[in-house]
Amino acid sequence: MKNEYEKTDSVCIRVEDVGKSFGKKQVLYDISINVNYSQILGLLGPSGSGKTTLVKIIAGVDNATRGNVFMLGEKMPKLSAMGNIGYMAQSDALFGELTAEENLRFFAALYGLKGLKRKNQINEVMEIVGLTDDLKKQVKKYSGGMKRRLSLAAALIHKPRVLILDEPTVGIDPVLRKSIWNELYNLKKEDSTIIVTTHVMDEALNCDNLGMIRDGRIIAIGTPEELLEATSSETLEGAFLYYGGKTE
Amino acid sequence: MRVIAIVVRILLQLKHDKRTMGLMIVAPILVLTLMSFIFNGNVYHPKIGIINAPILFVNRLEDKEASVVRLDENNSEESLNLFEVDAVIDFKSGVPNIRLEGSDPAKNKAVLSLVQNIMHPFSSFETDITYLYGYENMSSFDNFGPILIGFYVFFFVFLIAGVSFLSERNTGTLERTLASPIKRWEIVVGYLLGFGIFTIIQSALIAWYSIEVLDLMMVGSFALVLIITILTAMTALSIGTFISAFAENEMQMIQFIPIVIVPQVFFSGLFDLSTMIPLLQIVGRFTPLWYSADALRNIMIRGKGWSSIAFDVLILCIYCIFFIIANILALKKHRKI
Repeated sequence: MKNEYEKTDSVCIRVEDVGKSFGKKQVLYDISINVNYSQILGLLGPSGSGKTTLVKIIAGVDNATRGNVFMLGEKMPKLSAMGNIGYMAQSDALFGELTAEENLRFFAALYGLKGLKRKNQINEVMEIVGLTDDLKKQVKKYSGGMKRRLSLAAALIHKPRVLILDEPTVGIDPVLRKSIWNELYNLKKEDSTIIVTTHVMDEALNCDNLGMIRDGRIIAIGTPEELLEATSSETLEGAFLYYGGKTE
Repeated sequence: MRVIAIVVRILLQLKHDKRTMGLMIVAPILVLTLMSFIFNGNVYHPKIGIINAPILFVNRLEDKEASVVRLDENNSEESLNLFEVDAVIDFKSGVPNIRLEGSDPAKNKAVLSLVQNIMHPFSSFETDITYLYGYENMSSFDNFGPILIGFYVFFFVFLIAGVSFLSERNTGTLERTLASPIKRWEIVVGYLLGFGIFTIIQSALIAWYSIEVLDLMMVGSFALVLIITILTAMTALSIGTFISAFAENEMQMIQFIPIVIVPQVFFSGLFDLSTMIPLLQIVGRFTPLWYSADALRNIMIRGKGWSSIAFDVLILCIYCIFFIIANILALKKHRKI
């Protein structure tokens, strides 16, 4: 039944009326988003807007107070679905004492990769993020940008069908940022579905769909072109200001 | 499989962190060595000043290895004041008048029992003394050494496991791990086994060093000592990781020591509590360290076997399992399933 549902449905990730409160403080209000297969959804918003909380709930590492998330036809959180997600957290969740290789081996093992396959995957993802020469280096000796790239490598290690990346390009130079976006397009071509959060307006233009978040609410959603057109503004910043102003 | 991934990772982390590994082994050994020097079991021979006493009395004092100084009434107070003597004895009409320096109860007791011993008419009779356990001139280190072994294993494992699990929460690696299809119990068991392998080595070294190098009294089975120290380490591990859920940083983890560890030391048997209110004595039965200490003493001092420590082992296992389950449930805070 579930497989059939998955095939016939073009929606990969369905967020339904998700709300989240920490104690009395509500941080997310009635969020509903659909992400189709092989799409890149950008979540654009200032820090403190609730982006991270939202992607954590989608990735299954935080619990929603209300509402549901469905992914690949499964209701989240579900372990079988989590095996198909590559999650990159906002903080570089790496073990500083270990080398990059040991870090990746650990994360690969969590997804059941072993032996030669694991070795090949490690080499491949390190190639993508441009860290092949630093494979045997202890992570605590990495710079901030290198840690960010290694975090991305760890998220890609098991060729996940869904990628959830929380601020993946913070502290990364423009050349490398471009190559990371190229890689995201490649993954999209190979049928990966991707959610990216960012607070950089330029970067958001790269996404197929864009959700603007402010104070825990989705203030606008659509393709970047649609959003620009509807607000008759030249930049996403202008569009954000238009929608942000409207809610007050 | 994922359990093994966690175990391998923890062992690799320890391998890279040589300082922590060194401290976990060197620190307990250093403190145990110091303790063995301090409580080496040598009897204190008091220094006694004599103003006026029968020659027989003085001879007997010297027979008992007390150092005797001749004083007169004018300089006796000064000698006491300058710690040259612990007590001044002056016989007046056949009765010894003893004036003690008095600030150290142990020295007071040594002087008084010595004088009583000499004055008592029966003391000249030979008495036949036998020991059920222990031996003549058994040092106090022999008596509480077993407790210290249990205590140090508990203390260091509690701290290291707690702090390292806490930093996993804070750096986000725990969340990152939970984003994978790992089950919550696999994380907890992986932690237990990873640190468990290390603590087996640690507790074996501590126990071996205490017995072979420090010559701590040991009449029982070394294997049983190992079983108890490993169980103690496991209990400390599961309690430490559980407590770390309530600390926001390393500093707060340290602040849990006076709450979680110090009271256990008081009730562990290091101090004699038999004069305490019985109700309070029962409190000790709720601390895991009491069972660890009880079992280690039974094995090392009394040479007892499995049957007399089985209950302690059971209780330690129950503690362990209870906190393992608590840990698995505490992870629900991060992920529901």
